[in-house]
Amino acid sequence: MKKKILDKQELGKIIEEISENLFSYFNGKFEEICVIGIKNRGDIIAKRIIEKLEKKGKFKILFGAIDITLYRDDLSSIGPKPLVGTTEIDFQIDGKTVLLVDDVLFTGRTIRAAIDEIIDFGRPKRIFLLVLIDRGGRELPICPDFVGKRIDCEEGENVAVCIDEIDGEEGVYILNNRKDL
Amino acid sequence: MKILIKDIHLLDPHNDVDETGDIYIEDGKVKKEIGKPDLTISGKGLYLVPGFVDIHTHIREPGGEDIENFESGSKAASAGGYTSIFVFPNTEPPIDNKGLVNYVIKRAEEISLLHIYPVGAATIGRKGEKLTEMIDMVEAGCRAFTDDGDAIKSSKILRRVLEYLKNTGAKFIEHPEDKELSDNGIINESFFSVFNGVKGIPDVSESIVVSRDIQIADFVNSPIHFAHISCEKSLDMIRFGRERGVNVTFDVTPHHLVLCENDVRLTDSNYKINPPLRNKKDCEALIKALKDGFVDAIATDHAPHPLYSKELEFQIAPFGIIGLETSFSLLFTNFVSEGIIGFDHLIEHLSSKPARIFGVKFGEIKDNGIADFTIIDPKKEWVVKEENLYSLSKNTPFIGWKLKGKVLMTMVEGIIIYNEGEFIRRKSVK
Amino acid sequence: MRHLLGIEEITLEDMNQIIETAKSMKFVLERKIKKVPTLRGVTVANLFFEPSTRTLNSFLIAERRLSADTVNISKSFSSVEKGETLLDTVKNIEAMKVDIVVIRHSVPYSPHYLSERINASVINAGDGSHEHPTQALLDVLSMIEKFGDLRGLNVSIIGDILHSRVARSLILSLKKMGVKITLCGPSTLLPEYFQNYGVDITYNLKEGIVDKDIVYVLRIQKERQDGCFIPSLNEYIKYYSVTKDILKKYAKKDVVIMHPGPVNRGVELAPDVADGPWSLILQQVTNGVAVRMAIIYLLSGIPRSEE
Repeated sequence: MKKKILDKQELGKIIEEISENLFSYFNGKFEEICVIGIKNRGDIIAKRIIEKLEKKGKFKILFGAIDITLYRDDLSSIGPKPLVGTTEIDFQIDGKTVLLVDDVLFTGRTIRAAIDEIIDFGRPKRIFLLVLIDRGGRELPICPDFVGKRIDCEEGENVAVCIDEIDGEEGVYILNNRKDL
Repeated sequence: MKILIKDIHLLDPHNDVDETGDIYIEDGKVKKEIGKPDLTISGKGLYLVPGFVDIHTHIREPGGEDIENFESGSKAASAGGYTSIFVFPNTEPPIDNKGLVNYVIKRAEEISLLHIYPVGAATIGRKGEKLTEMIDMVEAGCRAFTDDGDAIKSSKILRRVLEYLKNTGAKFIEHPEDKELSDNGIINESFFSVFNGVKGIPDVSESIVVSRDIQIADFVNSPIHFAHISCEKSLDMIRFGRERGVNVTFDVTPHHLVLCENDVRLTDSNYKINPPLRNKKDCEALIKALKDGFVDAIATDHAPHPLYSKELEFQIAPFGIIGLETSFSLLFTNFVSEGIIGFDHLIEHLSSKPARIFGVKFGEIKDNGIADFTIIDPKKEWVVKEENLYSLSKNTPFIGWKLKGKVLMTMVEGIIIYNEGEFIRRKSVK
Repeated sequence: MRHLLGIEEITLEDMNQIIETAKSMKFVLERKIKKVPTLRGVTVANLFFEPSTRTLNSFLIAERRLSADTVNISKSFSSVEKGETLLDTVKNIEAMKVDIVVIRHSVPYSPHYLSERINASVINAGDGSHEHPTQALLDVLSMIEKFGDLRGLNVSIIGDILHSRVARSLILSLKKMGVKITLCGPSTLLPEYFQNYGVDITYNLKEGIVDKDIVYVLRIQKERQDGCFIPSLNEYIKYYSVTKDILKKYAKKDVVIMHPGPVNRGVELAPDVADGPWSLILQQVTNGVAVRMAIIYLLSGIPRSEE
């Protein structure tokens, strides 16, 4: 089962809107901010947001990408081990305000892992969470600060964000299994 | 007891018998004239063959009675279709004097199942230094002498042993191995051993001793027998000896015919055997020699070891596997069923040929022939299972093997000593 | 992959997976906090029946970087034949309920023996003269970092090949990667059987060096020889030691020297070669921890049948 609920234009519009929100929330001041995207799609989405912000404000924003595989809490119960990617944070975390970016927020466990990993790099002043889609179903007390769109899902359904760089198309789907795409 | 067996396939290649018919046994012998039987057995679909003679068995008595004693060993042998076994002297203490030979003879009489022939040590303590009192031991019942487990290291002592035995009618059995060349190897030396990073026993370790012994036997003009020949080079040396007119005989084990080094699993010491399982070429040479009648006998080298020692890692586990209960069926399944050798050819190499090397009596299907017989169901399929083995030790790589052809009954001197799971002592019947 | 028993048992895909994961693990080793919580709650037992500080320490560091708990069982050994048998060890391990066992033993196939009798995953840290898969994998990673694609590369392995588990694992892994291999050493330590691996053999050091992209030098194994393989160390050094002169005379300009360590300085390698610009030895050590982290990560968490 799969159903497309947002197409390329709608997705683009959400990213545009959320970038506008960010710009006004931080009053155009991004010197203390660093944006960290969660691989594999959060980092690409983060880059797009940064592009829009940098164009608007004419400055450079610090960017990092993290792979949270080694911090997952479910490694002992899944079968063959997932491939470990690399984390690229080439700046100091200490004292920074981190804007953590991911594509879909569901149980909250990915965000928990990301927070633990960031803290292993240093002590941030504050962490904000930005997600493109919040589909509910939290299992941990994690709350996003910036949300692109809220979507209600039944049990057993998943939300998948597709982007050109990885999936060859742009859009948001509701489906049972990512493999159905 | 007077026994009549009807409609059974009689197979005795030594006496040119290969036909279905009746056989009547009275007073321990086959009788042409059929009298009134006490017991009549239907042999439909079955074969009656001369009982097997194993010229190489290890019973761990005295010294290792919990590993294999005369009682368990005799049961294992009888269940495997054997009517005679030669028990080898590497016990604790070794059978190197008349007193211990008498002990073996006495135990055989007590157990009273099959014929048990003691083989004496050739040198005191099997140390290879001083000759044992061989004439005395032959008088007591020894049929052969050996230091098996070791070769006789000194060429001078070997010469003396062969010369001394000329007088006695008994033969020397050599365990052909140069221990220094073996150099603590654990499998055959070849690419397989090098690939696995383990020390190998080169085939020349065997053939060198075969060559030396044949030349000495030639020089003193005495016969010699080689145990468990495993490689092509040894066969070549033996061929050379025979061409020179030396009375050289040898035996081959069932496992060297059925397995080769690539079957070895280095995590299972039931594949650790001395001489080791050799490469495919050697195996094929042995099989060809068997087919051609070049081999003189098949012998099991039944070597029981307890679980606690075979469970050790391959490097330190002892060498050897049991074989009495599987030898016939293994060879029947892998060679007779496959059409590689005839049933008669196999029987010959298990009974008359080994017996005649050492001049012991054997079963014969002829008038007044000794009634040492084995009854076989050639169609019966069975699986080798630990719990069904009568041997006290279960160290064999053949556990779980599906075999064809089973020994149903074993008869010694006209008395049924084994009948599908039941053992009957001869003295209880007489 | 349930166990890492030897290069023989793993596929090229497995090897690539381990190497890719090791590359990621290297990044963790370069951070300020060189630790990740990945294997919290996982217990690794290190069974070292042969003396070894480097390999044991490399495994310990790898295990602790992944936040695993470690148990060390070392046996003191006056002679290889004495001591607790493997079977006793098996029973002890089962009672401790460990998840992964790293074993180094002088008996070939002891990791395989163990893997057939316990529930834990088994990693071979060297079994007699048979295999040393983690060493080969870290060597391959080091080679890939230096050369990229290894296909068509010329590698020679020099020394006591007969008794070397490193050589055997390396030959198997490099063959899987399409590398051209030459073995070089005294003829008593390099029997002709080795040709069956599909490699070239030479007894002449010059031929072992000329045209080679990588020269991999082995320790001359004093402790493994029962004697009578070479007449003396002097003769070995005279004809097989890799010195600066030899490299200048015969080696390619950008030749790379590797060694599994520890180096017998002045024996198989001259000190200035071991420390010189050609040497990749220190990178090998760093990669050792990363590769071992990768392997422990990949083998952990396989559900145990008894649970």
